[in-house]
Order: sequence, then structure tokens, then C-alpha cells
Amino acid sequence: MASGNGDALRVIGRPHRKVDAVDKVTGQTKFADDLYLPQMLYCKILRSPHPHARITSIDTSTAKELPGVKGVLVGRDIPIAFGILPVSQDEHALAPDKVRFIGDPVAAVAAISEEIATETLDRIHVEYEQLDAIASIEQALANPEPRIHDYGDSGNLHKLVSLEFGDVEEGFEQAYLVREDLFFYGGSTHLPMEQHAALASYSADHKLTLWSSTQTPHYVQRALAKVLEMPASRIRVIACPNGGGFGGKSDPFSHEIVVAKFAMMTGRPVKITLTREEVFYCHRGRHPTLMWAKTGVTKDGHITAMHFRTALDGGGYGSYGVASTYYTGALQTVTYQVDRYKFQGMRAFTNKPPCGPKRGHGTPQPRFALEVQMDKLAEQLGMDPADMRLRHLVPENSLTANYLRVGSIGLGACIEKVVDGSQWRDRFRKLPEGRGVGLACSSYLSGAGLPIYWNNMPHSGVQLKCDRGGGITVFCGSTDIGQGSDSILAYIVAEVLGVDPFEIRIVTADTDLTPVDLGSYASRVTLMSGNAALQAAERARDMIAPEVAQKLDVPRDRLVFADSRVFDSEDPERGMTFAEAVQAAEGALGTIGTVGSYTPPKSPGRYRGAGVGPSPAYSYSAAVAEVEVDIDSGIVRVLKIWIGHDIGRCINPTTVMGQVEGSIYMGLGEALMEDMEYRENFHVVHKIPSMLEYKSPTTLDMCEVETYLISDPDPNGPFGAKEAGQGPLLPVAPAVANAVYDAVGVRIDEVPIMPEKVRKALKQKASGKEARYGPTSFPDIPWPEPIHVPTPWEGGDGKALQHEETTTGPPPERQH
Amino acid sequence: MLRLPTFTYLQPTSIDEALKMKQDAGPDGMYVAGGTDLYPNMKRRHQEPKTVISLSGLDDLHHVTINPAEGTAIGAGTTLSEIETHGALAQRYPVVTQATKLIATPLLRNMGTIGGNLCLDTRCNYYNQSYEWRKSIDFCMKKDGEICWVAPSSPRCWAVSSTDLAPVMVALDAQFTLIGTNGERQVPAGRFYNDDGIEYLTKRPEEILADVRLPAANGWDATYWKLRRRGSFDFPVLGVAAWVEWDGDTVRDARVVLGGVASFPKLIAAASEAIVGTDLNDDAIASAAQAAFKPAKPMDNTDFGLAWRKEMTRNYVKGALEELRNRHRKA
Repeated sequence: MASGNGDALRVIGRPHRKVDAVDKVTGQTKFADDLYLPQMLYCKILRSPHPHARITSIDTSTAKELPGVKGVLVGRDIPIAFGILPVSQDEHALAPDKVRFIGDPVAAVAAISEEIATETLDRIHVEYEQLDAIASIEQALANPEPRIHDYGDSGNLHKLVSLEFGDVEEGFEQAYLVREDLFFYGGSTHLPMEQHAALASYSADHKLTLWSSTQTPHYVQRALAKVLEMPASRIRVIACPNGGGFGGKSDPFSHEIVVAKFAMMTGRPVKITLTREEVFYCHRGRHPTLMWAKTGVTKDGHITAMHFRTALDGGGYGSYGVASTYYTGALQTVTYQVDRYKFQGMRAFTNKPPCGPKRGHGTPQPRFALEVQMDKLAEQLGMDPADMRLRHLVPENSLTANYLRVGSIGLGACIEKVVDGSQWRDRFRKLPEGRGVGLACSSYLSGAGLPIYWNNMPHSGVQLKCDRGGGITVFCGSTDIGQGSDSILAYIVAEVLGVDPFEIRIVTADTDLTPVDLGSYASRVTLMSGNAALQAAERARDMIAPEVAQKLDVPRDRLVFADSRVFDSEDPERGMTFAEAVQAAEGALGTIGTVGSYTPPKSPGRYRGAGVGPSPAYSYSAAVAEVEVDIDSGIVRVLKIWIGHDIGRCINPTTVMGQVEGSIYMGLGEALMEDMEYRENFHVVHKIPSMLEYKSPTTLDMCEVETYLISDPDPNGPFGAKEAGQGPLLPVAPAVANAVYDAVGVRIDEVPIMPEKVRKALKQKASGKEARYGPTSFPDIPWPEPIHVPTPWEGGDGKALQHEETTTGPPPERQH
Repeated sequence: MLRLPTFTYLQPTSIDEALKMKQDAGPDGMYVAGGTDLYPNMKRRHQEPKTVISLSGLDDLHHVTINPAEGTAIGAGTTLSEIETHGALAQRYPVVTQATKLIATPLLRNMGTIGGNLCLDTRCNYYNQSYEWRKSIDFCMKKDGEICWVAPSSPRCWAVSSTDLAPVMVALDAQFTLIGTNGERQVPAGRFYNDDGIEYLTKRPEEILADVRLPAANGWDATYWKLRRRGSFDFPVLGVAAWVEWDGDTVRDARVVLGGVASFPKLIAAASEAIVGTDLNDDAIASAAQAAFKPAKPMDNTDFGLAWRKEMTRNYVKGALEELRNRHRKA
């Protein structure tokens, strides 16, 4: 663990406001849509009214001639494909030949006003030849034709994964009890307050600048370079402060490319702001996921084997989907010991807006299944579910069956805290009918171990400039999407250099000015850019300190950087201001600037697919939900959530609490009501693309929350810090489902837990049938022969058994 | 962003001037009060008036006049926030205060008016969509099209009456004052609405809803139960307004009205009959609930599944009537 400056931490671990708080609360923050440039044009996009169709003709002649219209684009004008993952470059800025969901971009207009641009859309005439639409996982399996894409593992199955760590059948034979359960996790979207917006400008010397509400400016720059066939060095992407992202602004998007192209065509700045409905079509939200879980346990609940199958409804494009598919099978092993593990995952293409990464990316679905199944297993074994979990926690500094390296694990303390806080032992299975408590746990990454495109460069970089006036500027590619990443940089540098964090200038998310950070996804920013900032700040301290030591004639190791001074720890009066210290160093060494960077440790897994799951550190959470269920209506009210979160160490406990409680809020939405509904039998149109009718809880619907932060510093985190932004969402839905069972004795193996479903299960219970609502079958899927990997305790080295991988493994992933 | 289309905005200073402006504008003119219904609808091109005539500056529409013996008149331009915080109204007509508080959100209630809520456009999740969305599935008969997507073989529109105050006013037998070019007329709340998603009001387009007259507050009690997804903010998927007039411990008269299940606030005569003459015992309430359950015909065009919504009719009628009984027994 990196240490601070002296023993006592002065900034880290203390509550601070965010560095951008005053701007935010006074309305000064400039979001992408707040930007106006002289001569700016407005862009609107014409979208497909059909879920699946071939474009036979597009006539833009009338549109082009309308007064005020400065440009019209169609697919053939921007023919190069793009996509966030190298293995699924399957998107076009505007569909060149085929549309794949209602809302797929087809043509675009740039005009002198938004009104004219909007009206012009009706003057673009597109002829379509409709194709049969694929509306669900089942339809994708049953109909390999017509293919939505001409790539993928087979027919309309985008990706098939099959991995086996140890022999699971042998593990099931050793089990005292084996359960098979089916679960479904409904699709939901991010619902950021800010609708995506982008503004492009092209200079006379052929340089492009794009301001955008994006979480990943570096990846947007790469996509623009590819699609516009320009060197990246001439493309500057600036991520504006995001009004919420949650994963929904992590892909390069059609509208970003379109305004860039228009700016180049017209020589004028071009802006677009999506409507709320268009945000629903951009989507990239939670994959609806059907799951089958077979788990074998000993008499005391130790998992001897687990076999997990997932089927994901991917929507019309690849997006992050291949990674999402692997993530539905990656983190089952990092909470409770699993001796042998098998995972099979499938992602289907369907004619709906593409799914992708939403807070928790691919892991809330299997976590829901796993934690509800644990509750069922504990009941059958006659064990308290808290005790069962506590007894079998993954030990710290260990390897899992699928070669994930677990460092610190504070899950035990999380469970104990919520068990005590909720008076679990006095209340579980003891509350009156209609009242119940449920427990669930989870884990999440603090950054992914591997980048999205293969390279061996750092994942995050920081440049730091110390000015002779005492000013410090931190340059980092990281993007503040509201989570507070700019503040984290300030706190860390302030801690090391002993200055006030609010005196530090932060320059972020600008590909011209800042070193690369891969983006605000995978809960990676505090750990990775934090470590880069820490390294840069320590290097600055190491440049400055010897000069100060010489000037003051004090041994270097007695110097303390604090209170904007550098002084002798044994004689604090003997010192100088930080500005004087920088001057001393600058006089001796020249301009004081340093760099820092961070590359995650190499993961021990060496099999195909081992790239998804490794992380420098895993956060852990445990939650107890208390619910009230109205038997007559099935309406579930969550009264309170107790949550323990293993944060490693808080950089700022206030923002950690904000992230934890925000995660609970989002988790409650998924648990109880949020649902990306389509009229499947009718054109696969999104049923409710509006903020009013897509139901998400408001602040007034939020329950009481008791948060316990568990500090167990992780050696890989800056000052020991781990993530907080995603993990705490995961236990919410299963804790609620388990609480509903405790309250009224019915299992709702599906989210959202809507009153209709509870009511149906209650009726079934009353009539003596299975007291359950949930999926009843898992489809037959043509799984490939699994890649066999011996577990570490079988003497495995992280590699797949050679002959099998080469002879029967899945086909190599295609570069499209 | 979704933008309002261009239109002319007029601000009359009297009802007569407003009527004149409407006459001049013809069918392309519409009145607006708080705008919380009309403006979002205009953004989605549900209504496309060229001229919008604001009623919000008309003092004659903005009052609460309490007359203990004859009843109370509430000007149609009174905002929902003003109604919800009106002490004397809350004392005499708690059901009106209660139902008003359940409408939308505080911000929308600051703008929205009682008249606007009573004239609220019917809603349907095939209709309350953007122009592009409606175009993609082809337009429905309520706007720009020929078909009802909720019931494609139906000759009529099934959009849903989604006002919280309409069922209450029908239950209370309130009278509405309408002012047109030919003068003033009174209609009972129950005759203000049509069972049709398009022609849902009997009001002529040029008429202005001027006030709502509530009967004198004596000898009766009423309540309103609202079912919706979120307690904070949602249109009703079911509203139950129940009114009873007590004669000692016996119900002399009663009205049970359902909102959110049809294109108009639906008076359930059989439910009323089931409780008149009883002391609102459990059996009477159960038969009233059953009577309301049977004709409730929710369609698949709002939030939640229709079977569950229908089932909830029984629960909510039962709950509302039990509340009235328990209050009477306590008193």
C-alpha cells in the first residue's frame, strides 16, 4: 500500500465536498448541450420505423433543397463500421443497407435551427423491404434466418461461451444436496438525467474537436479516427461533465460521428442533443438474462460444484455484449468458495436497441440468481443463510477456480454489520405474515484487468505541473460522470503534496491536453487514475524535497508536506511555503512537472476468456432488506436496507456513501419496477420510451438506508481504496426477493418483482401449487465443447488443457 | 430535444375576450390554463393549435367561494396547489384536498388547475408517444390515423380517463359551469364526460369551464383511493371515488365511481345499490366490490397488467367503503 505523507492522513478518509460541487449546485457546470458556438448548426437523426428491414432506397433530394438545410447524410456517406469491442465492429453511423431495431439511425440533417432540422426529417423518403423480426431469446434460437448480422457464432446467436474449471459432475456427486433453479433478470436502462449531446467543430487547419457527454473520450477518439479516416492526432475529444452515465455513455455513438462528419462537410460547428426517446434507443443497458443454476453443497453449505448457464437478449448490435456475456459467468466464484465451476453463456441478437454495460455490467443478473439460490439452499439445509455464507467465504489472497486473484476481502465484516444492524437473528423467519427480511451479498471489480483493445500500455496516466506560484495542475484523461473522479485526483495529490485539495486545478477528459485514461467504466477510475495521480504526486514530492532539504539544512526524511508548507517535522517553524519549495526546486531543476501511470497486475488466467473477470481488487457488499408485502395486492414495499460495503479505504467517505446509496436506489428500481418493455407481437416497438412511463423510483419512493463502510485497505488501491460505484447495487434485488419469501412464503425468481407476479405466486400457494413465480424452462442451446481448465488445487497453471482448446474450442473471435 | 411547434399565444383579460379570440381562431384555437397537459401533448403533436389562448390571467376563473348553506364554488383557474392548501376547503371537503394531493407532483400542481385536471386529455400508451413513435407503428384514430391499437377491431377509441378529480366530482354530484358565446349553462359532472376516448367531453370546444360547484357539506362523506406505480408521481391506473349519505347508521344514498378504467369516470350503479339501505357491513361492501369488479374493463393501454388492475378494483372499492364505514363508526 502506498503511504501518504507522514503517518496521519490529512485529506484522505475525511469528508470533503466535491471539487465541482459549487459549480453544480449553482448551475454553472457546462454540459455538452450548454455549449454554443458562433454559426452553429443543429443536427437531427432520422431513425428506422421498422425493427428489421433492408433499405431499398433513400431519397434526400427534397430535403437537401429546403431553405436552412446545410447538409444531409445517409449511410453510404460514412461507410466504415465501428464498435466498442474489436471483435464486434458492427455499427454504422447511419445504416447503409439494413436496419436492426426501431430507432436505428438511417439519415441525418444539419440545419440552421433545430426546428428546420426536425421538419426536414419528414422530407427524407426511405423505402424498406421488411424482414422477419426476432423479438426474444427463444425466437433467436428458433430462427437462425433471417440473420440480423452476418457474423457471430451461429445464426442469430452472437456469442457462445463454454468454460469448465475442474470436473463439475464429480463435484455434484460429492454434494449432500444439489439444487437446480431458473431465474430471469429483466432488462433496464440507465436513465441518466442528461440526454446525450455532442458538438463538433472543424478548424481551417483540418483539426476536429468534439465535445460530448461521453464516459470514454479515448474510445470515441479511436472510433472517430477509424470512421473518418483521420489520424487520431488531429482529433480532439473533450468529454463534458456528464449528467449521469451509469454505462449508457460508454460506447462511441452514431450521433457523435454524424456531427463530426457534418462539421467537416460544412465547416461550421454542429450540435445534436438527443430526445429522451432517442436515449432509450441508444440504450446499451442491462441485458435481459435467463439463467439456470445448478449448485451442489455439502451438509454445512460448502459449494462442491456449480454449473451456471445464461442466455442474454443482446439487441441489435454487439456493443460490449461479448464482455457482458463473459461477465454473467465471471464473478460467481469470488464470494464463497466454489470447488468446481462450469459456465455456459449465450448472447442472442434480437431486433431491439442494443444492450451493453449498465452499472454492474453483466454481474447483477447472475448475482441475483446465486444469492436467491443460496437462500433456498440454506433453508433446505436448515442453516441460517448468514451463517452459511460466513462459513464459506473465499480466503484473502487466494485464487478462485477460474483463476481470479482475490486480494483483500471484507465480506465477513459486511455480513456481520448488516446482521447486527438489522437484528437479523431476532427477525429472520420470525416476523409476522406480510413482513420479512432477506440477505444477499455481492462483489465487483475495481477496474478490469485488461483494456478493451489489446495493448501493453498503461490504463491511466497523469501529468502534474507545479507552478512557481504554488499552483498545482493535474492532467488526467479520466471523466467525471458525477461519481466524483475529478475530486479523487485532487484529494490524492493534496494528500501527498500537503496542499488544500480545492486549490488544485484539475484538467480532465480532453484527449489533446490529458494523458490517456481508458474511461469511466468498470469502477476503474479511483483505483487506476488514483494510483497514477499518487505516483505523479510522489514523484513531484521527490523532486521538490531534496532542494528544500538542502535549503533548510534538514534531512530529507524529516520533511513534511502539509498545510501548504514544507517543514521539519521536529521543528515545524523551520520550513517554507509550498510555493517557495517549488521555486527552490525549479531553480535547481527547471520546470517542475511529473508523470504517473498505472497498469494493473497480470492476471494468472491463461485460457480463452480469462480476460474478463480479473481486477486489481474486488469490493464486497452485504445487504439486508426489510419488506412489507400486501397479500391482497402483491405490492411490495421496501422499508429499509442495511448495507455493508468493503471499500478498502475511503478516499472521501461522503462520496462513497453517495455512491453506495445511489447504487441502492438504482438496485431498488431494478428489483421492483424498471422494465425495458417491447410490444413483442407488435413490431417490437419500445412500449414506453419516456421518463414518465418507464417507471423508476423517485427520491420520494426511496427507502431508509443504513450504510456501514468497512475499511480493509487493499494493497493494490491508492491508500488501499477499492470501488464503490457499482458493487453495492448487486445485493439489492436478491435481498428484496429473499425478504419477500420471508414475508409471505413465495419465491419470485424474476425481477422486476411486480405486484402482478407476487399476487400470482400467492394464488398458486393458496391453491397448493408451487409457491413461485419465475421462468419454467431453459432453452436448448448448441453449446460448444467446454474449454477445460484444471483448478489451482488440481495443480492447474491457469491454462486450458491443450489438446482440447485446439481441437474443440470455439472458433477464434472474428475481427469484423 | 423535443420542441414545441410554433404557435401564437394570446392573453385575454376577460372571459368575453377569450371567447372572442377563440371564435376568431376557429378550430385551430385552443384554450390553455396551467399547460401541464397541453404543452407536453403539443410537443408530441397530439394537439396542434395555431393559436393558444391563455386562461391563466382571468381573475373570474380564480377563486374559492364558500357558502356553508348552498355549497362551494371553485373557479376553474384555481391551481391545484391552492386547492390542496386551502384550509376551509380541507375542513369541509377533505376528499377534494385528498384527491388533489394525489395529482402529479408539487411542481406540476403549482401550474396545473382544477379545470385543467377535469378536462385532462384521455391517455393511452399507444397515443402518449412522440410523433416518430406513432408514425413507426402507424398512427391511431385518436390522432392522425384510423385504427385503435388497443382493440384493432374496435370502431372507437379506448383512451383512458386519467383525471383524479373527475371521479370525485361525479361521486359528489358537483355541477360545472360552462360559459360559451351563447351564455352560461350548468351541467352535472356526470354528464360532462362521454364514454369515448376522442370525444371524451360534452363541452363544446369554444366553451370555457368556469367553475365547479360542490354541494353543501353536510350529511355525507366521501373518499378517493388511487392506484398507481409510484406514490410520488403517476397517473391513476385505477381511481375509486366513494360517496355515501348517512341516515343515522344506514346509508341513505351512495355513489361509487371508477376512474382509470374507461374513457370516462364510470359510475357503478350496482355498487351503489348494493350498499344503500345497509349499515355498510362486510357483506354489503363485498357485494359492492363485486359489482364494481364486474364492469371494470381496463384495457392494455396503461401501466400494469390489465388482469391485475381489474382484480384491484375489488380491493380498492372494498378499502374505500371500509374507510367510510370506519370513519362513521368512530364519529
